[in-house]
Amino acid sequence: MAVLSTPKSAVQLASKGRPLKEHLFRIALLSSLAIALIFLGMLLIYTLEEGWGRLNPMLWENMPSIRRPETAGIQSGIFGTLWIISLTALMALPTGILAAIYLEEYADRGRWYNKIIELNISNLAAVPSIVYGILGLGIIARWLQFGFTVMTGAITISLLVLPIVIISAREAIRAVPPSIREGSLALGATQWQTIWRQVLPASIPGIATGSILALSRAIGEAAPFLMLGAATLVRFNPEGVWSSFTVLPLQIYNFISQSREEFHVLAAAAIVVLLAILLVMNSVAIWLRNRYQKRW
Amino acid sequence: MSAPANAAAPGKSLARSRPRYGEYLIKAILLIAALVSIATTVGIVTALVEPTIEFFSEVSLGQFFGSTTWGPLFNPPAFGVWPIIVATLEITLIAIIVAVPLGLAAAIFLSEYATPRVRRICKPILEVLAGVPTVVFGFFALTFVTPLLKDWFPFLELESKNALSAGLLVGVMIIPIVASLSEDAMTAVPNGLREGSFALGASKMITSVRVVVPAAFSGIVAAVILAISRAAGETMIVAIAGGFKSVFTLNPADEMATMAAFIAQAGSGDASVGSIPYKTIFAVGSLLFIMTFAMNYVSARMVQKYREVYE
Repeated sequence: MAVLSTPKSAVQLASKGRPLKEHLFRIALLSSLAIALIFLGMLLIYTLEEGWGRLNPMLWENMPSIRRPETAGIQSGIFGTLWIISLTALMALPTGILAAIYLEEYADRGRWYNKIIELNISNLAAVPSIVYGILGLGIIARWLQFGFTVMTGAITISLLVLPIVIISAREAIRAVPPSIREGSLALGATQWQTIWRQVLPASIPGIATGSILALSRAIGEAAPFLMLGAATLVRFNPEGVWSSFTVLPLQIYNFISQSREEFHVLAAAAIVVLLAILLVMNSVAIWLRNRYQKRW
Repeated sequence: MSAPANAAAPGKSLARSRPRYGEYLIKAILLIAALVSIATTVGIVTALVEPTIEFFSEVSLGQFFGSTTWGPLFNPPAFGVWPIIVATLEITLIAIIVAVPLGLAAAIFLSEYATPRVRRICKPILEVLAGVPTVVFGFFALTFVTPLLKDWFPFLELESKNALSAGLLVGVMIIPIVASLSEDAMTAVPNGLREGSFALGASKMITSVRVVVPAAFSGIVAAVILAISRAAGETMIVAIAGGFKSVFTLNPADEMATMAAFIAQAGSGDASVGSIPYKTIFAVGSLLFIMTFAMNYVSARMVQKYREVYE
């Protein structure tokens, strides 16, 4: 019979009739991804080219100015960002990791209050950052009377990145298989001993990756600081947690807001510094993940 | 402990011999850490509610929602909120038109077509795009995209700050959100569905579009809703490239202030505490918070629902 005498492979059968359409679809998908990547490339090249002329030591040795773009720098922004990030790391990382341990290891997920905590965290992760600025302004700066200080900025930004830290730390803890815990408990360890000696050491690479990504989000954030008095020209480095401050992204925003062209060059140079810091942090995070990721 | 007591009840020696207060203490500390997130929400609501109530005791709801002139910082002030709502919706719409097709296509490619090698290279690059600070996107929109659009499409008569390039860049900003969350949803679709489709003679494209995408639909919708909420609340891009002028207009070539841009403008100025412009910040903040909160809630519920299907 003719029907039986012409066997075809599954692949031929599958692509029968629409090879051109299939190809076009694939190309369309690939170019969508490519557009996003090319865009990122263009952004990096353009900023580097714009800012190249101002990428000299004056940039980090001098204080900002809105009169003399040719000698203005971003030192107070760099120091302000360092202060904010150090304090944020001290406050947000321990709190976030402890909360993640509670939610993964102790919380009974059927209880209503644990459900509320979970729903609340996923909601907070998507609250616009400017609303956190309102929280900082209304509660921390005014009601607690912390004023427009490094402390206010650090608490505000800690609350902003807290959901991100919790969500990524939970994922890392969840990736540790239950058999590790059961083995430890079977040998007589208490629940906390199990967590401290088995679960946490196994999940540290994942937690570190998430923490670095959360801190890099905090470094790039500008909107909340607009509400916290950091938008004014600050020509000194913070001297302590009760000092007023500015941060690098806001310094950039200030330069962009100036009408003279030289300030845009200065902004581009400052962006290169900001992006360089973030790229290094991102690379470390991705490297950590690839290097220490364990397949159980 | 005496030996006979143990011998009398052998099962008891395995049970907890004494309460471990340290363990209870640790659990309490962990719970407190988890409650910080609840305190944050309470703090946000508290910060918003009181000044908002005070605001509406001075400005009526009819004035707020019933007129189309916005200028709380002007003299005489005007409190018709529609211009900044319309601007927010318009910029969000432009962003969604950019981000949904590109993000979804990138997600289908990464989940269905890409080899593991390509995926390993592309996903970190998308993560880097997600990590670019929004102030950088704003700078790029103002100094690169707007002049380029003016050059290419002179008939649009773009103002130097305009909703179009702000919206385009907000769109680029949310591509990674749409792409990575939709890809998660598609990867979670069981392989049996794909194999069934291939076995019925469907091609790869048909399988992707008619089987995988519908199966992951609720996850994709959740991703898009989350992206919309991100776009609506985005501040720095719209403040830099979209401007602060609030005129009631639909023309994307015009300068227009969104709700977030207004908050940024009024908040970075020196509105004195207790004054009407100061309270307006909180009233607009409440509106923005309620809008994004509602969208986030819907998105979270959809993810929950879709998880139930495939686990």
